[in-house]
Amino acid sequence: MKTKIRITLNGKSMALEAPNHRLLLDLLRDEIGLTGTKEGCGTGDCGACTVYLNGKPVNSCLVLSGELDGADIVTIEGLKIGPELHPIQKAFIQDGGAQCGYCTPGMLMMSKALLDENPNPTEEEIRYAISGNLCRCTGYAKIVQAVQDAAAELRAKQA
Amino acid sequence: MKRTEPLEIYQPTTLREASRLLKDKGAGGRFLAGGTDLVIAIKEKGLVPKYVVDLKRVPGLSGIRENADGSITIGALTTMRDIEIDSLLNKKYPFLCQSAAEVGSIQIRNRATVGGNMANATPSADVAPSLIALNATAKIVDAGGERMVALEEFFRGPGQTIMSPDEILIEIIIPKTSPQLVGEYIKFSPRDMMDLAYVGVAVAYVIAADKRCSGVRIVLGAVAPTPIRARSAEGLLEGQPLTEELAAKVAAVAAQESKPISDVRSSAEYRRAMVEAMTKRALLNAAVPRTAKVSWCDRRDRRY
Repeated sequence: MKTKIRITLNGKSMALEAPNHRLLLDLLRDEIGLTGTKEGCGTGDCGACTVYLNGKPVNSCLVLSGELDGADIVTIEGLKIGPELHPIQKAFIQDGGAQCGYCTPGMLMMSKALLDENPNPTEEEIRYAISGNLCRCTGYAKIVQAVQDAAAELRAKQA
Repeated sequence: MKRTEPLEIYQPTTLREASRLLKDKGAGGRFLAGGTDLVIAIKEKGLVPKYVVDLKRVPGLSGIRENADGSITIGALTTMRDIEIDSLLNKKYPFLCQSAAEVGSIQIRNRATVGGNMANATPSADVAPSLIALNATAKIVDAGGERMVALEEFFRGPGQTIMSPDEILIEIIIPKTSPQLVGEYIKFSPRDMMDLAYVGVAVAYVIAADKRCSGVRIVLGAVAPTPIRARSAEGLLEGQPLTEELAAKVAAVAAQESKPISDVRSSAEYRRAMVEAMTKRALLNAAVPRTAKVSWCDRRDRRY
């Protein structure tokens, strides 16, 4: 069963026809061609597939296309500000917050969601926010550092 | 990674239509709320629903509101994250918000709904013991009408509730409580986050100035086929002043009332011992006012 859906993806509205059972993750990667969003576990445990659905971070591996008509979706490809990387992306590069890079899109999406709500998080609050994002390389220290540095940078820009 | 099979999905816009779909299309259909259990069941556990009825287009099923009589209504499609951060609930029942915060990750909690969590009836569900400790009621509808069921009567076994397939859980209602009501939820699990409860203990009671406790409710999760009340333990504390000695005795009785199983997470003996330790801790912690914002990880490890 296919359904016509209209979605807003990274700020642009689009209409497409998708089978109901197609997961949002696969819709993005295989049908729309945005491969920045990664699949890790496929069961909502690892956070690699995190996207914003109607403004909130969710696991795109657990969302069915049949639910999506009218949805507003932002992926890692929508994080940049114009041609510039987002300050959170720059901080991950500068601090070595990525090693193999597979968890990085999800980490970035979750970090931005945190900083949008809380511009000055404690280390504990950062670890809490990314508890659903698994990284098997970094040991998390440099990720936490990058989020702290990005937070400082964003606060300085605000001031 | 497994992929979902083709699915028929219906998106009714009224409850009557939703319930009728289940009746007309017959057995094998599933309601869809946040999908964090259903989609995993389809992908990982081989569930093949004949069709899926998405409830998210039915208006009015989410949100938290205080009613004129002092009760609080939580719509079934309210997400765990919304319960976690709701200001009214955080003021009145912080332990309920904490139990919602114990579920999965923020990404999961942005999708998982309280109604879906209750309807899935996982014995280790974190929010169920807290809601039962608050004497919550489930409002259930079908095409013919509605009924109210105490949440403690709602669960029948793992994945089993008293609802028939065409019934829909639409609201959880917490009755008005005394301003002196205190409560605590402790999820016992070796990992701070992203794990299921080995043991979950929710307690709620009204504490008088002389520390006498009344309306005592002690609810255990993950140690029986459903969340259960430890009624003998409750009776031991009822009308008595709370002391550390009494809390220890009450906790020992609660452990005897639990019916844990041994599985990959833990042996039954260990679970029973943890029921005792966590019940005592929950009873004593509940009496300590929440002043500064103490993180829930810290709070569950505190000992008074």
